Amino acid sequence: MYIRSIATLAALLLVSAAPYAQAAEKPTDPQIAHIAYTAGVIDIEAAKQAIKDSKNKEVVDFAKDMERDHEAVNKQALDLLKKLKVKPEDNATSQALTKAAKEERAKLAKLKGADFDKAYIENEVAYHKQVNGALETLLIPSASNAELKSLLETGLKIFQGHQQHAEHVAGMLK
Amino acid sequence: MVALALAFSASPALAATIEVTIDKLVFSPANIEAKVGDTIEWTNNDVIAHTATVKGGWEVAIPPKSKGRIIVKTAGAVDYFCRFHPNMKGRLEVSP
Repeated sequence: MYIRSIATLAALLLVSAAPYAQAAEKPTDPQIAHIAYTAGVIDIEAAKQAIKDSKNKEVVDFAKDMERDHEAVNKQALDLLKKLKVKPEDNATSQALTKAAKEERAKLAKLKGADFDKAYIENEVAYHKQVNGALETLLIPSASNAELKSLLETGLKIFQGHQQHAEHVAGMLK
Repeated sequence: MVALALAFSASPALAATIEVTIDKLVFSPANIEAKVGDTIEWTNNDVIAHTATVKGGWEVAIPPKSKGRIIVKTAGAVDYFCRFHPNMKGRLEVSP
């Protein structure tokens, strides 16, 4: 719970900063690209852990879906950035996300069997909810390049699908 | 659509191919009508894999930048969705 709250806090900080700071503090396109890419990498890492450690077919299948989709989206993101000649820029939000994810992986590594499956899927629901919230309220509205905005919008649709998929698997594990 | 028109005008016995496009996680058109023996062909323009899945029924794999197809064998109406992205929904009505 502690880990998730750090990640949520990071998102909240971003969201709550937006109305006050407007143009001054909203993330730039290079920062948005970095945050979106980092969020994808985090879910790929989590998926790899689940594919390795889970014995539950539904959970492993779900994790394979996550790995495949996020790799495809991140590849598209890299291709777009290359085309636009935009270099992703590391930032506090990306760092907070990475730190929280590292802690989550360490927590999951201590769990086995059904406990692992439940914790992984519950985190997937919460994580996608959090990332989708950040995309909707901050990242998409802040993006200035039309192609980047469009890619983020597609990403949001994909990740909303992931959230529903995760919720479905979570329901099956109960 | 051309195939469909030809099928109707030339010979009702000829099966038609009904095309559905997938773009940004949307089946278009979302609602389709077919006759038993027709082929439904999905074209996936996305970079990620999708499926057309009927709960408790058939499933068609539709790889990224590729096509998936099925020949409809039974009459009736079914709702289908993408198993990987349940927010993608479509409906198929099949007449005998």
